[in-house]
Amino acid sequence: MATRDDMSVVKRDTVALQTESDVVRARQTVRSWAQDIGFTLVDTTKLVTAASELARNTFDHGGGGEMQLELHDQGDRRGLRLVFVDHGPGIADIDLAMRDGFTTGKGMGMGLGGSRRLVNEFEIESQLAVGTRVAITRWRT
Amino acid sequence: MTLERIPILRMGRVLLVSIQIEMSDHVALALQDDLTARIADQGAAGVLIDISALTMVDSFIGRTIANIAKMASIMNAPTVLVGMQPAVAITVVELGVPLAGVRTALDVDRGMKLLESLCAEREASGNA
Repeated sequence: MATRDDMSVVKRDTVALQTESDVVRARQTVRSWAQDIGFTLVDTTKLVTAASELARNTFDHGGGGEMQLELHDQGDRRGLRLVFVDHGPGIADIDLAMRDGFTTGKGMGMGLGGSRRLVNEFEIESQLAVGTRVAITRWRT
Repeated sequence: MTLERIPILRMGRVLLVSIQIEMSDHVALALQDDLTARIADQGAAGVLIDISALTMVDSFIGRTIANIAKMASIMNAPTVLVGMQPAVAITVVELGVPLAGVRTALDVDRGMKLLESLCAEREASGNA
């Protein structure tokens, strides 16, 4: 997946997702970025929660990976794009995995479908034995 | 692995938990184990969980809280969850975390009153 709208990225950073405490660090980093660019409390909470779901997936199912943060400025709109990348087993059936209640792990299967509901844009790409990449964007309201 | 744990306070016959630290999955599971052990040890009549300091409840944390409430209630200790921030409530509903079976109250005061009435009901039915 080519990084879309590369021109509009004004700031980027990467958080490793190799341990359980990295999941907490990812949440804290997203919260701090969202607050810095003036997200409302509700928007911040939604994005942090979506990030927490996807960071846990990266760590639990993907065997670890990273979260890339991008601050996008597009004309008069500003948003945060988060990309979760792992090199784990991949997802055999993305449609099935997106369904609420589907789980192969210890969660309750709200992770993918639920996090999609919390953001404005959601892209997922996965290849068996290669890995999974999920990108979410939330624009400031 | 951190050894962070959420303290469980005893107030009369009720156990009081106020989550004031960032909930990693590990911390959430440790709370589940500690709390069920304390309910059994002390024959607690009820549990009050204050989440007013929690800025985020994702599916794992939500599920753990719902499980704690279920476990406590089958151990005959009704559980009341108090203090959920409005932004967290909005997010939890959109995410789809099933907290519907968990009794809630706005704050600790109201939660204690609810818990007292639940405990009284339980005694009246001879179930205490």
